[in-house]
Amino acid sequence: MVEPLYPRDRSWHPAAHFPDYKSSIYRSPQKPLIKAPPSQNEDSGPVFGHDMLGPLDNDLIRNFAAPGELAIGPRMIVHGRVLDENARPVPGALIEIWQANAGGRYRHAKEGYLAPLDPNFGGCGRMISADDGTYRFMTVQPGPYPWPNGPNSWRPAHIHFSVFGHSFAQRLITQMYFEGDPLIQLCPIVRAISDPMAIDQLTARLDMEATAPMDALAYHFDIILRGRGSTPFENRPEGN
Amino acid sequence: MAAKRLKESPSQTAGPYVHIGCTPNFAGIKGVYDGDPGAKMLTDTVEGERITVTGTVFDGQGAPLTDALIEIWQADALGRFGTMNSGFTGWGRCPADQSTGAWRFDTVRPGASSVGAAHIIFWIVARGINVGLHTRMYFPDDPLLDSDPLLSLIEGARRETLIAKEVSPTVFQFDIHLQGAGETVFLDV
Repeated sequence: MVEPLYPRDRSWHPAAHFPDYKSSIYRSPQKPLIKAPPSQNEDSGPVFGHDMLGPLDNDLIRNFAAPGELAIGPRMIVHGRVLDENARPVPGALIEIWQANAGGRYRHAKEGYLAPLDPNFGGCGRMISADDGTYRFMTVQPGPYPWPNGPNSWRPAHIHFSVFGHSFAQRLITQMYFEGDPLIQLCPIVRAISDPMAIDQLTARLDMEATAPMDALAYHFDIILRGRGSTPFENRPEGN
Repeated sequence: MAAKRLKESPSQTAGPYVHIGCTPNFAGIKGVYDGDPGAKMLTDTVEGERITVTGTVFDGQGAPLTDALIEIWQADALGRFGTMNSGFTGWGRCPADQSTGAWRFDTVRPGASSVGAAHIIFWIVARGINVGLHTRMYFPDDPLLDSDPLLSLIEGARRETLIAKEVSPTVFQFDIHLQGAGETVFLDV
């Protein structure tokens, strides 16, 4: 018998309705979520095999670049582990990432920031966590950028992560920020998370041990997915 | 004392550029991945009745979300999840149309599971959605609806938000309302 997933601690997640982040005002459900009865259905999930991956899928410096060319920007390794709440590695997790280029510009039809596109940077990558839960990719440091929220809103530099665990109920999209960035605490998307420790969990650490000398800096970022267990969760008050 | 429990990584919005990472070919970023994951659920070998499920996600002002990403997870025609029966993964992903907000899945009609009526599980992310939203779509002509353990928790008018409209015997429409009188029931799964 498989133990159930721990309930999602909604007080640790960002508020659905956070008016400082304007887009959330009309896109946040106003009625309480309904607790679904335990079922195998959401508890299962799609399986992704390594055969879906191309050799450059986890190298954003080269995966969109013309032959012999490289994306522009500070070269960077991002690595870490996918773990569950019991600190057990989650192997086989598909991680998809996307980000702006070094100037803070996304390659997207609806994006019009002044900073130019880099013809050699697409901005997407993906990988599958190894047996010990580890993952790793190469990229360039994304730039911060302004966005139309308030009169002068800037996003801290960040990388988006989409993660599949083994269960569709573990499905998670989040963002990774960079240690020491003063824009983190100014960002309403970040501040929709009320607990500073939760924000800290999304902040990658410079990892000199993992740098490639004369090549790339490294940042460490662990991703924690919901875990299983029958023991009661140390519940914080429910809330949205 | 149990081992130290970690906290789940907090969610953040998928933002307006989710397509770059999740459906790069749709976003015009060609040549990195062969195709967009989850774009094609059916092959010739997949067994089951072909259906189309389509819809639009609407915000609290009634405007369609033209930047949403919809994922579904469902049983195969025999009601089994994740079996890869005849090559069917059960998972699909579709970006909303960037002009109209419409999305569409060509799939098979799921069989009833061991507990409850047949349904398709939905997960919706977009700019302004801080934590991805889970819900379920049921079929309007299903005699098992009244005995479904989830539906029986939900009062009548709200329950209707989880039941698709039959456009034709093989086409079902499932509009999702994030707010308002017809706010869709979202689930804590």
